[in-house]
Amino acid sequence: MKIMVCPLNGPRPVSEFAYAGELRASPDPERCSDLEWSDYVFNRSGSPGLKHEWWCHIASGFWFIALRDTARDEVIATYSAERARELAKTWVPVA
Amino acid sequence: MFRRPGRLAAAYDVVIIGGGGHGLAAAYYLARDHGITRVAVLEKGYIGGGNTGRNTTIIRSNYLTPEGVRFYDESVRLWRDLSEDFDLNLFYSTRGHYTLAHTDAAMRTMRWRAEVNRHFGVESEAVDADAVKRGVPMIDLTCGGHAPIVGALYHAPGAIARHDAVAWGYGRGADLRGVEIHQETKVTGIEVRAGRVVGVRTDRGNIATERVLCAVAGSTPTLLDMVGLRSPIYVHPLQAMVSEPVKPWLDPIIVSGSLHVYVSQTARGELVMGASLDPYELHQARSTLDFMESLSAHMLELFPFLSEVKVNRQWAGLSDMTPDFAPIMGKTPIEGFYLDAGWGTWGFKATPVCGKTMSATVATGRNHPLIEGFGFDRFAHYRLTGEKGAASVGH
Repeated sequence: MKIMVCPLNGPRPVSEFAYAGELRASPDPERCSDLEWSDYVFNRSGSPGLKHEWWCHIASGFWFIALRDTARDEVIATYSAERARELAKTWVPVA
Repeated sequence: MFRRPGRLAAAYDVVIIGGGGHGLAAAYYLARDHGITRVAVLEKGYIGGGNTGRNTTIIRSNYLTPEGVRFYDESVRLWRDLSEDFDLNLFYSTRGHYTLAHTDAAMRTMRWRAEVNRHFGVESEAVDADAVKRGVPMIDLTCGGHAPIVGALYHAPGAIARHDAVAWGYGRGADLRGVEIHQETKVTGIEVRAGRVVGVRTDRGNIATERVLCAVAGSTPTLLDMVGLRSPIYVHPLQAMVSEPVKPWLDPIIVSGSLHVYVSQTARGELVMGASLDPYELHQARSTLDFMESLSAHMLELFPFLSEVKVNRQWAGLSDMTPDFAPIMGKTPIEGFYLDAGWGTWGFKATPVCGKTMSATVATGRNHPLIEGFGFDRFAHYRLTGEKGAASVGH
C-alpha cells in the first residue's frame, strides 16, 4: 500500500495519512457492566481480515473510513464518516 | 541440529504451538527441569525463521516496573550460562547499553529507571553527555543541531547474541531429551470441551492433549480465535535493517527513543539497526522504503560519518502489541491453554526466562511468581503493568 484514495482529496501518498484503529460500536457506559466496558476499552479483533478503520488525511485534517485487508495491505474502499453513519443503521457490530 | 521426526503421535502430554525461541525454550526446560518429555513442538515454518531470527538481538534488563526489572534480570542471568548449557557458541557479548536522552523530560525517565533498576540490584546509572562521548567517541552529541544529547541511561549488562543459534541450542537440547520438533506443521484448530483443552488439529493430523502452550508472536490473535478468547493484542510489523560490514568502531549498544533508532555492531562488523513499529495494523512482513529512508536519516544525525556506508538487507517481523507494553503470560480462562504472548517488540531478551517460567507454569498448573504481573485477566480488572516508558523507542 503506497497510495490511498482520500474521499476528499483523491489519491495521496500513504505517508500523508494517520491510522486511528478499527471502527467499533461503543456500549452505553451508563448501562454496561465493568466487564463489558473493559472489553470495549482494551480488547481488539487482532486477527487478519477485512476491517473498517478510521484514518485521517493529516494535511487537511479530514477524517474518513477505509475498508482494508490487513493480510494483504490493500485498501478495498474509502468513504466519508457521514456515509459510515448511514451504513451503521444497518450494521451489526461483531460481538 | 536435530531429528526430523516422522508422523505425529496420537497424543502428547504437552503440545507447544510455535517453534521460535520461546516455544523451544519452554520445551527444553519442561524436559530438563520437569521431566516432561512427551512433548511436541509444532512450527508452521522452519526453526529460526520467525521473530527469533528477525529481531535486533539486544538483551537488557533496564526496565521501568518492578515486575519487569525482576523478570528481565533473571533472563540476563540465564543468558550468561546458555552457551555452556548448550555446548554451542551463542556469541553472547556484553557491550554496555546507552539509552540516549535528548530532553530534560527524557532524562527524568532515565533517572527513574536507574533508581528502580538499582533497587532490584540491576546495574544502571544516569550519565551526562560527556560520559556518552567517552563511551562512543564517534557520536555527534548535537545530532545535527536539532536534538542535542543531554545524557543517557547507561546499563552495563546490555548485551547482544546470535539469535538463530538460540533457537537451535534450545531445539537441540530439547530434541536430545526426547521432545519432538515438527516443522512445517500448521495448527488449524484447538479442541476445547467444557472449558478444557482436549486436542489440537493440524494439517498433518489430529493430536489428543490436555495442555497446550501457545507461543506464536504475531499469530496470537488467530490462535486465540480458535479457542474463543478475546484479547487486547494487536499486530503491527516491526522493521529492521543491516549495513555492510565495516571495521569495529561501535562497542556499546545505542538507543535513542526520540530519534527512533537502536543500533549495535555485530562481531562480523555489520550495523544492525531498528526503529519504531510500522504506523498501522498489518499482518504481513513486507519492507518499505519509507522505513529505510527515515531510519537512515536518524542514523546520520547520530553518526554523520556513515553517509557512504551501504545498507545490505532489510526485513520485518510481526509484533503482537499490548496496551501497556508488557507481555501476556500464563494461565487463561480455558483450562490447559497457556499463553506466552504479547511479546511485541521486546521478546528476544526474554527467551530464557520465558522458557523457565512457562515450563514451570505448564508443569505445575500454577502461574510462576515471576509472571504474576503479566496475567491474561489484568485488563478486565484495569490492573495494567505500564512498561511503555522502558520501550526502547517511542511507538
